[in-house]
Amino acid sequence: MNTALYIMMTAILGMALSGVPGLFLSRRGMAGQWMAMLLNVLATLLGIGALIVFASGGYHNVSLAWRWALPWGGVAWGLDVITALFLLPILVISAFGSIYALGYWKQTQHPGNGRKLRFCWGLMNAGMMMVVLARDGVLFLMAWEIMALAAFFLITTEDHDPCVREAGWIYLIAAHIGMIALVAMFVLLRWATGSFDLWLTIPAPAVQGSAAAIFLLALLGFGLKAGIMPLHVWLPGAHANAPSHVSALFSGVMLNIGIYGLVRIGEIIAVAPLWWGVTLLILGAGSAVAAMVFAVCQNDYKRLLAYSSIENMGIVTIGLGLAMIGRSINRPDLILLGLGGALFHILNHSLFKPLLFMGAGNILHATHSRNIDSLGGLAGKMPMTAGLFFIGALAICGLPGLNGFLSEWLIYLGLLRTAVVAHGGTSVWISLAAPALAVTGALAVAGFVKLSGSVFLGNRRSAHADHAHDPGAGSLMPMVILALGCVAMALFPSGIARLLVRAAHGWAPKMINAGDSIGLLAPLHEMALLNAVLLLTAVGILVAFWIGRKSSTAAVPTWSCGYARPAKRMQYTGASFSRMLSQLFAWMIPVKPLAPPEGRYFPQPTELTQDAPDTVLDRGLIPGFVWMQRVFMRLRPLQNKPVNVYLVYMLGILLLLLLALRF
Amino acid sequence: MLYHVINTLIHIALLLAMPPLLPGVINKTKAFFAGRKGPPLLQPYFDIFKLLRKGMVISSTTTWIFQSAPVVTLAATLLAGLLVPFGPFAAPIHFTGDLILFVYLFGLARFFTTSAALDTGSSFEGMGAAREVTFACLSEAAVLLGLLVLVRLSGSFSLTPMLLAPLMHRPEAPVLLAAAGLFIVLLAENSRIPVDDPNTHLELTMIHEVMVLDNSGPLLGLIHYGAAMKLFVLSALVLHLLAPFHIGVPAADWVLFIAEMIAMAGIIGMVESFMARLQLRHVPTLLAAASLLCGFGFVLMVR
Repeated sequence: MNTALYIMMTAILGMALSGVPGLFLSRRGMAGQWMAMLLNVLATLLGIGALIVFASGGYHNVSLAWRWALPWGGVAWGLDVITALFLLPILVISAFGSIYALGYWKQTQHPGNGRKLRFCWGLMNAGMMMVVLARDGVLFLMAWEIMALAAFFLITTEDHDPCVREAGWIYLIAAHIGMIALVAMFVLLRWATGSFDLWLTIPAPAVQGSAAAIFLLALLGFGLKAGIMPLHVWLPGAHANAPSHVSALFSGVMLNIGIYGLVRIGEIIAVAPLWWGVTLLILGAGSAVAAMVFAVCQNDYKRLLAYSSIENMGIVTIGLGLAMIGRSINRPDLILLGLGGALFHILNHSLFKPLLFMGAGNILHATHSRNIDSLGGLAGKMPMTAGLFFIGALAICGLPGLNGFLSEWLIYLGLLRTAVVAHGGTSVWISLAAPALAVTGALAVAGFVKLSGSVFLGNRRSAHADHAHDPGAGSLMPMVILALGCVAMALFPSGIARLLVRAAHGWAPKMINAGDSIGLLAPLHEMALLNAVLLLTAVGILVAFWIGRKSSTAAVPTWSCGYARPAKRMQYTGASFSRMLSQLFAWMIPVKPLAPPEGRYFPQPTELTQDAPDTVLDRGLIPGFVWMQRVFMRLRPLQNKPVNVYLVYMLGILLLLLLALRF
Repeated sequence: MLYHVINTLIHIALLLAMPPLLPGVINKTKAFFAGRKGPPLLQPYFDIFKLLRKGMVISSTTTWIFQSAPVVTLAATLLAGLLVPFGPFAAPIHFTGDLILFVYLFGLARFFTTSAALDTGSSFEGMGAAREVTFACLSEAAVLLGLLVLVRLSGSFSLTPMLLAPLMHRPEAPVLLAAAGLFIVLLAENSRIPVDDPNTHLELTMIHEVMVLDNSGPLLGLIHYGAAMKLFVLSALVLHLLAPFHIGVPAADWVLFIAEMIAMAGIIGMVESFMARLQLRHVPTLLAAASLLCGFGFVLMVR
């Protein structure tokens, strides 16, 4: 009955090796890249085949254990519905990314780093698949490290650029802090459960303190990967500086892996204390609102998208927190809506965020500028990219008609349900996350109107955009499929809903039955019908526009209240669009206009840019580390002494230890 | 069955036909308090019909977004209008969770309206769009908090049972607080005084009107119609909190609903007559106050 797992192992192998043949082929030709793409797609098809085998087998959990000549015993793999839900985006997005790269990161144009990129791309995908399939702590950590290191080399693809190197270093440090936390967590888990097997439930008599420590360490380790707000520091830089299809993979897939860990940690304890869920809920809500505020203030569209990923992971965390609360206070409805909404949102985010990053890649490829304020009017030059980007933007704002709304709607309904209980009780306050989610939604509209409006609409602001054009069909095809995926998820959510119930059943088997239905709590069917109505209206409008485009309307320059000579540079820029919001949230993110000094007597040509620092990284961590470095430099005199001084140190330590043992 | 069909038909007919009457009533009220005669009550209808017959001038900078925005906005508002119960009658469409759809439909409309404003490439319209999205962030919080009060009161997650829940069980203070908060949001979302002045002649201080400066002809007509419909839909919602009186006879209840809506427009007109427009930088404070009112309402019920 392990066919599915054996096929999946083959897929992992294919994925891991996809970049290898290219290493031995010419760095000037495309053969290696084509081969990598074909291997990746083949591995994806195999993996999807494995999932189909798994599904046709009735979604029964399958597992596999191999003996291994390492001191800590066997290697265990397992496949259940939650793992399958996380595998799907890895498989799909990696294939689409490598197809997209055929036009975006051609080996012939990047002879220096293309081969390294594809080698690490394959390793990274294989690593992520291994992480979600691993059922053994040591294997999990090894897979985790493969993924983390491959990601480092993917970020630093263009390592000749100092900005890229800095982003890479910050990522590497963050990843290893997370790794340390996870090692400690698995040690504690081993101690509590008595084995390295994952994901066993901690027996009830185990000390509550150790469970709390496990949860907090997991929150640090997995939260760093998922980019939950104070732990997000590596994320914007890494996403902005990596090649766009790599950003798509990071945002659409790698962040999910952090969430995967948190989902599993929710499982390990039979009755989770209430504060676990509440902590996740508060972190998620804070993360969603703050990240979107940061996003609105960005001038670099890839950074904006990166912050929006943090926001979406925040929304997922709210759902997860809600599910954990449901586990603690024995409310199956909260588990269904919370976990269901969270997992659904993960899938949705894996569709629209890669779509948006690929769109950003098209813009970057065509204009060589990442600054929103130097672009504009690209919709006329790249209509396909603009249209697809708009679909992604509407979906990510959670607006009705597309898939993002459905998953946020499930989470909303779960939150609202906590408002209706008898007097008092902590759980009533949980519903206050709903207004936070609403503010996030409004901020998301602001951020994405700023992005798509200033980049695609209006007039061109600089010469960057003069020669822009849509990329070839090869790069557009993955985007079209992802956009269609967004539409399909919005129209046919019932299949997904059944999977979500099965996942919730696996997550809390005592509270949820496999036959339960989300539809009773949240009528997805009706909502899908309304989505269809909205989409048909939209299509109708577009068709009407297409038919009437030659009608006798007078086309004139923008009126602009009667300006005689409206200049392109007089347009509202993205920075001015977000100025009011950034002033409102100035206590959270100190956005500063950077203006050069004015000329003394005659006005000089001048230019105003805006600096939107990351409060946590630029105002907190970096100054903190600089301060720590200064403190530790004081210890410097103890170092660089002759050998006999070191011998004295050793003697001192030995004496101290002996004394410590004595008392 | 027939009863429901007739009520649904009346609902749709009112939703389609009555909205432009409200700005007419508001303008008449304002004229009365200013000692003027004012435009005819049906002037908004005349304006919309006139605009629909006219030709269009469209900026050559714009794309399909600009022309589709008014239609999308109108469609979203129309759908939102089908979710709100008018008077004591159930809304044509109601299902668990429709209140979130209701809130997000206005988000959809906002996405398109503000994108269309940026589409013209004019700085005035960008300015209006920036204000619109900024203030929306604050008013969405107030709306959700207000809805939370109603959810907790009624124990249901759909606008129709929520707003038609029996009056007896309502503790007065939270409802009044939520009503006050939602009324402020109603004024802000429909760009009325004290947040925005639809009649101002200074583009630099406008919000909604400045976003549609470059629209003309039928598109402008659709925008006016959509704006009136938004006012109508939100008023119908707030009315349930301010005046939850029903007679029990269907025909009389419909007449009462129409009368109440006209009275509501009169109240808005009076607010506009007695208040000055706030400075733009003070608007966030007003909207924060709306959130606080709704939030206090919620706190009062939890204690």
